[in-house]
Amino acid sequence: MSSNVNTIRDLAEREYKWGFITDIEEERVPKGLNEDIIRLISGKKQEPEFMLQWRLKAYRHWASLEEAQAEPKWANVKFPPINYQGITYYSAPKRKPSLKSLDELDPEILRTYEKLGIPLAEQQLLAGVAVDAVFDSVSVATTFKEKLAEAGVIFCSFSEAVQKYPELVQKYLGSVVPYTDNFFATLNSAVFSDGSFVYVPKGVRCPMELSTYFRINAAETGQFERTLIVAEEGAYVSYLEGCTAPIRDENQLHAAVVELVALDNAQIKYSTVQNWYPGDKEGRGGIYNFVTKRGKCAGVNSKISWTQVETGSAITWKYPSCILQGDNSVGEFYSVALTNHYQQADTGTKMIHIGKNTRSTAVSKGISAGHGQNTYRGLVKIMKGSTGARNYTQCDSLLIGDKCGAHTFPYIEVRNSTARMEHEASTSKIGEDQLFYLRQRGLKAEDAVSMIVNGFCKRVFRELPMEFAVEAQKLLSVSLEGSVG
Amino acid sequence: MSLLEIKNLHVKVESHEILKGINLTVNSGELHSIMGPNGSGKSTLAQVLARRENYLVTAGEILYDGKDLLSLKPEEAAAEGIFMAFQYPVEIPGITNVYFLRSALNAVRKHRALEEMDAMDFLPMFREKMKLLEMDEKLMNRSVNEGFSGGEKKRNEILQMAVLEPKLAILDETDSGLDIDALKIVAKGVNALRSVERSMIVVTHYQRLLNYIVPDFVHVLVNGRIVRSGGPELALELEEKGYVDAERQALAV
Repeated sequence: MSSNVNTIRDLAEREYKWGFITDIEEERVPKGLNEDIIRLISGKKQEPEFMLQWRLKAYRHWASLEEAQAEPKWANVKFPPINYQGITYYSAPKRKPSLKSLDELDPEILRTYEKLGIPLAEQQLLAGVAVDAVFDSVSVATTFKEKLAEAGVIFCSFSEAVQKYPELVQKYLGSVVPYTDNFFATLNSAVFSDGSFVYVPKGVRCPMELSTYFRINAAETGQFERTLIVAEEGAYVSYLEGCTAPIRDENQLHAAVVELVALDNAQIKYSTVQNWYPGDKEGRGGIYNFVTKRGKCAGVNSKISWTQVETGSAITWKYPSCILQGDNSVGEFYSVALTNHYQQADTGTKMIHIGKNTRSTAVSKGISAGHGQNTYRGLVKIMKGSTGARNYTQCDSLLIGDKCGAHTFPYIEVRNSTARMEHEASTSKIGEDQLFYLRQRGLKAEDAVSMIVNGFCKRVFRELPMEFAVEAQKLLSVSLEGSVG
Repeated sequence: MSLLEIKNLHVKVESHEILKGINLTVNSGELHSIMGPNGSGKSTLAQVLARRENYLVTAGEILYDGKDLLSLKPEEAAAEGIFMAFQYPVEIPGITNVYFLRSALNAVRKHRALEEMDAMDFLPMFREKMKLLEMDEKLMNRSVNEGFSGGEKKRNEILQMAVLEPKLAILDETDSGLDIDALKIVAKGVNALRSVERSMIVVTHYQRLLNYIVPDFVHVLVNGRIVRSGGPELALELEEKGYVDAERQALAV
């Protein structure tokens, strides 16, 4: 019994390996938020007028929400009030971020990404993955641009897209997540600093995986990135994102927005491995990951698939969703969320069926250890005109130890009687029985826990691109690693 | 020479004493059967030998292959060649039978300073052992014990034993829940694995299993003590007269 307890304790006390701080000079705007700050951010980025106006509209709306104390309160998470005037909304490495080549990048930043296992020098990259690296508020490098350009694919930082492709940005920005959507999305719309932009033209299958690596480095800053992916008719793209942050005692806010648009017969596959700093074992520090992610299957036969592995952040508040507008369109959500020590996660999906014969699948695997609290919250909504819609939801929780919690809030709204809905749910505990069985066969306690957890998550890992699946498994194993005494 | 020596073993679960001074010696190659009524402590003995940790040993010692068995963790005991076929095999969703067994075998091999076995070498051996237990190859790629019938689970236990090649195998009520055909297959598998280098302890409630797996020695465990020991004929006598009689006789001695 004692070493089972040890395994669970080790799991709860594992160290965060990505917690180092990069010492670079930063350029930041003063703390706090007002119209001048918005103008300052927009000015620094030399944005066109429409962008500034959009930000200002968002800011004014947010200010009214804040005054009305309309910060969402419904999630099953607890945290002290956030002082929005105590946050720095823009921080950038001092060297100029618009680079001709990687040689101009601050070597400290290059080293940071190397330490994180994300080499930015193209010859060192895994074949077939192009990377955009976002450091604090700005994108510092995007690789394989030329090769992608040959195929007609645009993959660049959001700032660059605003400069070079303003008509595309203006057309799609806010088309899935309007600036009025919710408190955090509104805040993001006002202050977002960078992010990735992807445009895949008609009939093009993007020749490589696209990947963005987000890193928060500066203290007392928020990271507010915005990602927009547009797949034109018949296009296909697979996009991956990864995230880490240094260990800091104070909580840091990360409020991102991701919008996906899939036109007729287009497919977007979006995968996330989120490993923001989760806080220490007493629950001090860590990232507040308050993110709005939504995709619109605007065209017929289009498909959007979200896969997420959420192991980091003090609090995760995130519901990657699909609006299934086109007839026969397909939405998918596959999720693994691990909460450890005092981490809290309230995550799930919304599947909004509008078109005919639309289908959606949601598979959620929640793992709670230590004092972690893990909530699945899902909405499946079948609109009146959505004839022949189908949904399958599976939502499983795994508990490790006896101080953690798993919670499930599935909402189902059906307004069309032809809909077919399936919902399966289970809660299990890594039992002493299971551990003893594996150990009796010769596996060490920590390997046994790792094997059980990986088996539990298999259905989701199967959806990840190969390199990511390996990374995700390793990440879980690291989380479960410890020196069993 | 003796592989296992249990001396005056006393074991508590919570505050309740279950084993009250067990003495038992098992030599290499021998098959011992432990029989007894429900609640006599048979399974406790099996689990203590496999090093399950929620039992408190209050007195006595166990020497296994010259080592202090009670100082080993379950995985260490397994690596040293102790295998237990579970009465209630556990399900491991998402992990295939073949992956699980290869991981287990390699963990054990690593401990014994042997090279890891890759899939190319492992699979033919695994298939061979499956044949021995007349198991459907489809079960190879199914999750461990998930959706297996009672008989398939028990056969899977013996399959694992065949792959892991233990020095001491403990079969905990392997016959429970088996129909006669499945029982015969399991017994055939067990008999094929008997060897001069492998000792077995077969824990059972009924004599039936011992028609197919013939023991060298039979011990009767009642109320935490071995009250009688003898040859295979003792099992038959028990079947006829029951455990109460055996206990009465033991007390009378």
